Amino acid sequence: MTDDNPEPPAGVEYRDIAGERRLATRGESVYGEPTDGEWRAWNPDRSKLGAMLESGMDTGLEGGETVLYLGAASGTTVSHVADFAGPTYAVEFAPRPTRDLLSVVDSRPRLFPLLKDARKPETYAHVVEADVDVIVQDVATRGQARVALENRRFLAAGGRLLLAIKARSEDVTRDPDAVFEDVLAELEVEREGEREGEREGEREGGYEVLETARLDEYHVDHLGVVARPR
Amino acid sequence: MTDTDGWFADATRDDEEGLAAAVREGSAADPRAWPREAVEAGFAADEDEYYDALHAATTAATRRTVAELERADDRQLVHAVRAMDDCRRTANELAERLAEWAGTVDTEAASGVEYARDLAASDRLDGEPGAEPITSLAERVVDLADEADDLREYVERQTPAVAPNLAALAGPVLAARLISLAGGLESLAKKPSGTVQVLGAEDALFAHLRGHASSPKHGIIYTHDAVRGTRAEDRGSASRALAGKLSIAARVDHYSGDLRPELEAELGERIEAIQARAEAEGDDGDTEAGTETRGESDD
Ligand SMILES: C[S@@+](CC[C@H](N)C(=O)[O-])C[C@H]1O[C@@H](n2cnc3c(N)ncnc32)[C@H](O)[C@@H]1O
Repeated sequence: MTDDNPEPPAGVEYRDIAGERRLATRGESVYGEPTDGEWRAWNPDRSKLGAMLESGMDTGLEGGETVLYLGAASGTTVSHVADFAGPTYAVEFAPRPTRDLLSVVDSRPRLFPLLKDARKPETYAHVVEADVDVIVQDVATRGQARVALENRRFLAAGGRLLLAIKARSEDVTRDPDAVFEDVLAELEVEREGEREGEREGEREGGYEVLETARLDEYHVDHLGVVARPR
Repeated sequence: MTDTDGWFADATRDDEEGLAAAVREGSAADPRAWPREAVEAGFAADEDEYYDALHAATTAATRRTVAELERADDRQLVHAVRAMDDCRRTANELAERLAEWAGTVDTEAASGVEYARDLAASDRLDGEPGAEPITSLAERVVDLADEADDLREYVERQTPAVAPNLAALAGPVLAARLISLAGGLESLAKKPSGTVQVLGAEDALFAHLRGHASSPKHGIIYTHDAVRGTRAEDRGSASRALAGKLSIAARVDHYSGDLRPELEAELGERIEAIQARAEAEGDDGDTEAGTETRGESDD
């Protein structure tokens, strides 16, 4: 981190843990991370959002937000998010990691696990509330832009999309930069009124990308993206 | 619960079973301010109480679904992927029959499942003499194609539970086809990688899927973009490298079940090295990937 990094959100602090200056949140330990009292180190090598914060990206996070987290896996990152955010909805579709996510959820009463497919928001729109402040997305699957666009319906007008794009998930053989370019272009594209039965001018208006940064220091061939709905 | 109601609409707060079922099975086109609506509807006294109930219901629902999905085994997956291919193939065959038949009465007749959908959804043949069985056949084609889509979703969801590493490397559908061709995950794990490389080469389905190119050096792994995206003269090396990694993935999945994410990066590096040969020779050969960016292309 550098000194001109934006302030971390409330509930996230740089602390000395096990002799190192580490980003940390307060909560029950989840993945064997070092702790100091209530504080648990947030490992950017294991968390794309952690890497985005460490790289000094301006995520706009302040603490206490309502969050929709897509691709929660076994809960490494979403556990830190639930430590500093408000109500947090964790969507994951593979049963194996979700079993571990369940134990993370036990000690976090405002973390809600959902075993659902992020490409089908209608299967959880009856549970996840409207106008969440933040969508965090780390699905590492083909069609990452589409997942973000499909879930835009949950995001408040002034909200943020914090997205990690994994190049290899789109195509193992293509140049990562080319992949990132395509995914960003798709994110920004307007697709109003394209879907059947859609109300004019609503939904799928795409995103405006505010900032991007390669996360290679922590995650090879990943791009961090901060965007807002337009 | 209707399509616009929240998960809490049809049950009281003490009906844990009913609430968990609503989380699992319900749906809505769009989210609403559920916490506020639940309080207004008297489901909860305040938002805190609402979120407590939500935590209990989502946890119970998720625990239940995890238990169900984990019961899935490779035998179920094999049946599902075979049924998916059968549905797709039958839908395509019937669509051709339909096109021939419909051509005798429909001036807008075209071909394929898309045409069947178009015909089934329109009423332009209504009242035409002899059109009734044609429209009915179009509806059957659409049903079969929808069934194939549903089975595909099931396969995409189950494969990562049965074989997470193989699914990550090959994509869930190709992974399921490999398991199916080998006759199960255990026999796939026991095959030498040279055999994995040509699995499906003898298969009529593969001939049909491939359609555009032929190379007896590859089996169904030809549909992976590590192979398709590589120029013809290097495709042998690419499919050898791919088959090697897939065999390792299948063994890890069968014997230990650990997650080995580094396999994907290793495969990417191998393929890059192989493709770099073409660049070194200043020629990018006749790759067929073109603008196609999918890792696996099947139906
Ligand atoms: C890289 S991992 C996420 C790691 C996690 N975000 C963390 O930092 O702790 C990607 C996850 O996305 C999940 N995933 C992929 N496609 C998905 C989809 N369509 N819906 C929901 N989850 C999906 C995968 O099962 C996998 O667990």
